[in-house]
Amino acid sequence: MYGNDFASPSDAPSASPEPVEPGLEDFWRIVGEDGRIEPRDAMPEDYRSSLVRQIAQHAHSEIIGMQPEGEWISRAPSLRRKAILMAKVQDEAGHGLYLYAAAETLGVDRAELLDMLHTGRQKYSSIFNYPTLTWADIGTIGWLVDGAAIVNQVPLCRCSYGPYARAMVRVCKEESFHQRQGFEALYTLSHGTPQQHEMAQDAVDRWWWPSLMMFGPHDSGPHATAGHTAKSMAWGVKRFSNDDLRQRFVDMTVPQAEALGLTLPDPDLRWNESRGHYDFGEIDFNELFEVIKGNGPCNAERMANRRRAHEEGAWVREAATAYAEKTAARRTAGAA
Amino acid sequence: MTSRVPPSSAESPEAPSAPTRSSSENPARALADYVLGLGDDALVAAQRMGEWIAKAPQIEEDVALGNIALDLLGQARSLLTYAGSLLDPPRSEDDLAYLREAGDFRCVHLVERPGGDFGVAVARLLILSAYHCELYAALSASRDGTLAGIAAKAVKEVDYHRDHATLWTLRLGDGTNESHTRMQAALAAEWPYVEELFDGSHLDPALVQRGVAVDPATLRTAFYRRVSQVVDQATLVLPGTVPAEGGGRCGRHTEHLESLLADLQGLTRAHPGATW
Repeated sequence: MYGNDFASPSDAPSASPEPVEPGLEDFWRIVGEDGRIEPRDAMPEDYRSSLVRQIAQHAHSEIIGMQPEGEWISRAPSLRRKAILMAKVQDEAGHGLYLYAAAETLGVDRAELLDMLHTGRQKYSSIFNYPTLTWADIGTIGWLVDGAAIVNQVPLCRCSYGPYARAMVRVCKEESFHQRQGFEALYTLSHGTPQQHEMAQDAVDRWWWPSLMMFGPHDSGPHATAGHTAKSMAWGVKRFSNDDLRQRFVDMTVPQAEALGLTLPDPDLRWNESRGHYDFGEIDFNELFEVIKGNGPCNAERMANRRRAHEEGAWVREAATAYAEKTAARRTAGAA
Repeated sequence: MTSRVPPSSAESPEAPSAPTRSSSENPARALADYVLGLGDDALVAAQRMGEWIAKAPQIEEDVALGNIALDLLGQARSLLTYAGSLLDPPRSEDDLAYLREAGDFRCVHLVERPGGDFGVAVARLLILSAYHCELYAALSASRDGTLAGIAAKAVKEVDYHRDHATLWTLRLGDGTNESHTRMQAALAAEWPYVEELFDGSHLDPALVQRGVAVDPATLRTAFYRRVSQVVDQATLVLPGTVPAEGGGRCGRHTEHLESLLADLQGLTRAHPGATW
């Protein structure tokens, strides 16, 4: 899954033209040639710090994102679905690990980043602050949330920072699997009993707008300088605007909803022949900003669960460290 | 949220009844009972292990415990599918997992026991995996080809589980004072449930004589040898606790199985006849 890379308007930095500082000529040349910046290469400090923030937020989203789906592992309605869901949530833990490792190449460590998450100084994707009320939410998350994540992430496979780009290649392969599994689970519900169909439609009604919000606020047209977009594009980290990616997602998803036999909850959704795209209704970004500020339905619960797991595991991590030190000391003593 | 329906009101196919000694007159039924016991152990253990995903002490453990839960679930699916094929009329893996009452389950008490801290999870996994290693190694030579095939695949998986549990037993036992105390307490809490693993009194002797099933009593020595080595090395001591009563293989369970099954089965039972 994916962490949206944007901030609420109150803490978004303004984009400024990047003067070429001495020593960064190679950086700009590599970015200009669409090459990859590697950890030991010189890079602007705000490129580094912006990537740390983005990659960490993405990693945190994978870890927090385990919770809403993890809630349904014990209740999955068939053993096959249970196995698929367990594997999916496990994949998310794996994505978190790749991403924390990618962030660590920029000179921070995982413990530091987790501390920032636990103290609210770094964020995770707003989408995970919504509850998973029924089994149909699991299929819907796979289809819509992982679907939106793929649209966001595929361009990141070509992002200018090598370790992030390479992590994304693997993540995208797995996400694409999750998206197909979600679609298939939802198809089964939609074509099952009337109650199952109703459950599927209800879940899609609840997840559609939050999924569109995953792409972030408007950042094209009159909003072209909003948020991190302009700088991020100049650095070759971001390739397309939030609005372009959102449009791509809508265009991809509408025919899939038709194939599922489900409707999308937007009366303004219709094909626009002249644009060659679907038009869709106005997104309530106030809701998004409220959720980012911590006022979503599950923010407090997600953070409390995350902190509890971390605190309850402290004695285990301390034991592992103590044991590693003891065995290293014994080895040294044995060699002496 | 869908409402929960009490198990008795679900439209379930007739569940297999409790095994009896007379099952030797019906070899397929005797074999089904044996395989059900193995499958139920794996299913219930997988369900418990799955509870750790997103709650583990570090992300590597979310991955590792998730992996172990998936292995156990995979073993359960193979075993329940096979057990179901031996019943008359045949049952699917989901019929057996979702539509039986607690009293029809054949798992041991060890796997039913609820959560606890990470030390408890490690102690339980150490015991279960050490038993599974001996069991599946012996069972891979079964005269029953299906069972031998399932065991031959599973033995590679449980070897990794044992390795993982061994490493954590060492780290916790020989880590800090707190981890040592917790790990020792966890072993003491789980140890009364060890002996039930080696109780073969429910088993049709003909299955063992024909080389189909493994008499669990024959696994005891190797199990104790292996586990005591690990416990010693971890600076812990084997608890001298009195064995708990057991009875899981005959359908007498702890109170925890009922609530575990309510969670596992609730959604499926609320939608009788639905496919997922």
